Amino acid sequence: MLSDRDRIFTNLYGQGDWGLEGAMARGAWDDTKALIDKGGDWIIEQMKASGLRGRGGAGFPTGLKWSFMPKESDGRPHYLVVNADESEPGTCKDREIMRHDPHLLIEGCVVAGFAMGAHTAFIYVRGEFIRERENLQAAVDQAYEAGLLGKNTKYGWDFDVIVHHGAGAYICGEETALLESLEGKKGMPRMKPPFPASVGVYGCPTTVNNVESIAVAPTILRRGAAWFAGLGRENNTGTKLFCVSGHVEQPCTVEEEMGITLRELIDRHCGGVRGGWDNLLAVIPGGASVPLIPASQCNDLNMDFDSLKELKSGLGTAAVIVMDKSTDIVRAISRLSYFYKHESCGQCTPCREGTGWMWRVLERMADGRAEKHEIDMLLNVTYQVEGHTICALGDAAAWPVQGLIRHFRGEIERRIDARLLGEPVMEAAE
Amino acid sequence: MSELRTVKVDGAEIDVPQDYTLLQACEAAGAEIPRFCFHERLSIAGNCRMCLIEVKGGPPKPVASCAMNVRDLRPGPEGAPPEMLTRSPMVRKAREGVMEFLLINHPLDCPICDQGGECDLQDQAMAYGVDGSRFHENKRAVEDKYIGPLVKTTMTRCIHCTRCIRFAAEVAGAPDLGATGRGEDMEITTYLEAAMGSELQGNVIDLCPVGALTSRPYEFHARPWELTKTESVDAMDAVGSAIRVDTRGREVMRILPRTNEDVNEEWISDKTRFIWDGLRTQRLDRPYVRRDGRLVAATWGEAFMNVAEAVGRSSGEKIAALAGPLAGVEEMYALRVLMERLGSPHFDSRPAGSVLAPKNGRASYLFNTTIAGIEAADAILIVGSNPRHEAAVLNARIRKHFRATNLPIALVGEVADLTYPAEHLGSGPQALDALLAGEGAFAGVLAEAKRPLVIVGQGALTRADGAAILSRAAALATNGERDEGWNGLCVLHDAASAVGGLDIGFVPGEGGLATAGIVAAAGRGDLDVVILLGEDDVDMSALGSAHVVYIGTHGDAGAHRADVILPAATYTEKSATYVNTEGRVQMTARAAFPPGEAREDWAVLRALSDSLSATLPFDDLNALRGQMYQAHPHLAAIDGIAAGDLADVRALAEAGGDIDPAPIANRIDDFYLTNPIARASAVMAECSALASSTLAAAAE
Repeated sequence: MLSDRDRIFTNLYGQGDWGLEGAMARGAWDDTKALIDKGGDWIIEQMKASGLRGRGGAGFPTGLKWSFMPKESDGRPHYLVVNADESEPGTCKDREIMRHDPHLLIEGCVVAGFAMGAHTAFIYVRGEFIRERENLQAAVDQAYEAGLLGKNTKYGWDFDVIVHHGAGAYICGEETALLESLEGKKGMPRMKPPFPASVGVYGCPTTVNNVESIAVAPTILRRGAAWFAGLGRENNTGTKLFCVSGHVEQPCTVEEEMGITLRELIDRHCGGVRGGWDNLLAVIPGGASVPLIPASQCNDLNMDFDSLKELKSGLGTAAVIVMDKSTDIVRAISRLSYFYKHESCGQCTPCREGTGWMWRVLERMADGRAEKHEIDMLLNVTYQVEGHTICALGDAAAWPVQGLIRHFRGEIERRIDARLLGEPVMEAAE
Repeated sequence: MSELRTVKVDGAEIDVPQDYTLLQACEAAGAEIPRFCFHERLSIAGNCRMCLIEVKGGPPKPVASCAMNVRDLRPGPEGAPPEMLTRSPMVRKAREGVMEFLLINHPLDCPICDQGGECDLQDQAMAYGVDGSRFHENKRAVEDKYIGPLVKTTMTRCIHCTRCIRFAAEVAGAPDLGATGRGEDMEITTYLEAAMGSELQGNVIDLCPVGALTSRPYEFHARPWELTKTESVDAMDAVGSAIRVDTRGREVMRILPRTNEDVNEEWISDKTRFIWDGLRTQRLDRPYVRRDGRLVAATWGEAFMNVAEAVGRSSGEKIAALAGPLAGVEEMYALRVLMERLGSPHFDSRPAGSVLAPKNGRASYLFNTTIAGIEAADAILIVGSNPRHEAAVLNARIRKHFRATNLPIALVGEVADLTYPAEHLGSGPQALDALLAGEGAFAGVLAEAKRPLVIVGQGALTRADGAAILSRAAALATNGERDEGWNGLCVLHDAASAVGGLDIGFVPGEGGLATAGIVAAAGRGDLDVVILLGEDDVDMSALGSAHVVYIGTHGDAGAHRADVILPAATYTEKSATYVNTEGRVQMTARAAFPPGEAREDWAVLRALSDSLSATLPFDDLNALRGQMYQAHPHLAAIDGIAAGDLADVRALAEAGGDIDPAPIANRIDDFYLTNPIARASAVMAECSALASSTLAAAAE
């Protein structure tokens, strides 16, 4: 278990003052100038050495991402864009940062922006986040007032932070769709290449990072890459905010060491699975878009990128959705399918047409109104969507269905049989 | 041209430029790549996912070949050329998958779809799809939209390729179309189902790869396989767009664009495309003679006799002839020879008041840079013209160049929405004097420019001070240091007959009267006979008691005034030469026969000359052309341009003259009703009414 002195987010639950004074008392903005004075290359090297992997879901090494930005400007300004469009079902970590420790994020913007030669950061806040935005904006205003943002800052790097409010579309959390939305266009993902590091927002070099990835940066730089790299295991280092929801006694968001076992996470922080560990049916370990993991694989499960990848799932945003045995698992995944159908932007064919198809078949399967050969057909359709789309939403829509069929094919078949025999099919717990 | 790079496509090595897309590279190697959303002249969307190919060494998923550059390919192991596969199992499966997705919500109502037989989705489903469906849910239905009188929609068929959206926003410059909703509920529509406001909107019909956008006037009229296709040239404006006329029996069923990179690329204006219903209505299909104040049907003999009597009562100098906007060069040549034989110097093909004349040299009345040359310009000045109405396709070329280079454009004359920003320098010609004096920022731009375009419209050239305006325009085009051989004076004509008439000298001879003079003289009673060759634009009530002979196709103003009507052929019914505004000689082909007893114009004139005892010296079209080519050799070079002489423009610049400060008015106020065929077309009438009501609504 993570010791208190290794925590980065020390006001995660909002017990202290979220404002500038409170944040500074907790160590934020402590001699930012010293970090800046060491230079951009040093910052990027430290981030690389820390082994921090992006916290937005894909787990791309953050330091490496920063290093993709052009070293010298070709006349175009560089931009940092912070993705605070936290919409992945089950995920509720960025909002806690924005509500309760916004200065960590703002200071992170400064060091990250400085490292990549950007003078401006846009923070794109999810449309539904009202209070989060208010606090964040207030914190930004405080920072301007205190000479920590704007021109002639205390650390000698002109820097602006602009908080932008989205309109509430899941797809705008995809980095290029976010850039489109930020530019005032319809939130539809762009083709890659060109990648944002060469052509990003307003056609300028841009790096898009998750809130958590940025917010941890100042602490990593202050305490040293070695400290961060010493937590967790190789290639899966540091601390991470886990958001546990679903059938646990006390759902919570908690900062923990990477690689903590699922059981420890649930038992120690969430009061255990409702009805005891043996009542566990499955977990979705990383937000709605990763395949579920059945209880049988959960006993010694380490919560980090590589362990979960071995089980053909993923850490994603570390939003653990716990489902006990009262769950109608087919209906649950069908509901997720509906979400993806609803949130598909409609730009490219496989996602636009495939998400609706998958949802409709799953809806029937939840009631047993299907035939067994359709299970394989559905699986085939998911493979036809996966990897054929512009952005990852197609993959995200396909994976939960693949996870369901991989681990609960028997349950789907049971319902089809029950339907044929005229037995009642279990309905979703309401 | 960027450096070449060696790539491997299906095992064969080929060198392609770095800026090629993978799709282009594969096609260069001879591989066929299916696509829906990709179009050469539109931006890349990459959304249909039909063009997926396998790139070795990349991530283990197929790549949209339309959206990736050869430059972005990673080299293979040990520097081997990157390898692409277009026929691998992965690619085949990907295409089958995408095709299945496209078809699950497509209504498959091909038997009642106008696109049937020329549908990309049909063709590609045959080539790349599977034979059965696994989709057992209900299909999506989309409420139909109204987007105007020209484009019929069946949006259930839409596959969301967004070609129409991109065309409207990029080429037409009227971003009327967009997508509402998202995911499978995404729908293409105009804002609140308003009609599209572009005069190029018909092109979305060609662009639509399925039957979602089809031609409303052509709705359920014919199937593509029962049509006879004739390649021809348009005569609706002076651009001379390449068209294909599709006929069934003797009726023109539709008109489509052909590709001509030098002229219209592959777009045509709505007037060009939807004019065809006007080819059937209001037609003059037999000769008429006015008796006791009423036009009564007559035989050709009676009609010729009538003309002969009138001419016989008169003398050469009391006979005049006018040629209208649709007249071909051949008939103007024949009429000119006839007039000369009758001893009349009074003939003109130019609009009333025009100052253009062959004596100033060909460069004085051509669009000298050529249309394709617009894309070399570095500054554009438009004087007294609205190219959007006078030459819609040419205007799209200016917009294309503006989008590519953001070049400075300025306008003198009426303010209009040209689809690109143009700085308004003033309404009257004194703005040209200011430019010549170096006043204002644009004067500096023009002086610095190496390849400027000065476009002069007929609105400016039909004024009393037209010659002075033309001289100033010539000075602005030639003053300063220009690229070697650059001739930036661009006269924009609005009638198909204009340049041809000037080329063969269908302008008043020694002591002859010009258009306005002829009308005035007829009104005074100084002229006995006026021959109108498809001329309907002069004030017919001003012709006094002159005996009017109308040779034309439609019951328009000229026919109503006529004392004798000799029915002739439209541009789709004859092989005629037209010279477009840049001086390009092009020839139409006969796609159908003229109705009833109507005949080709040159033949009518030849027969008429017989009864006037002034027999023309040719018996067939080839003989006519032979003589014409002898007199004007450049007309023999079909599709060629005999360039004007820059010295003529310089001489023009010296001419000077006084200007009138009154604002310059454009000549065309209604794009849809500029000639007799258009005025006979119900479709054009509807468009015109719609356009004027939109204007009225906007003014409120």
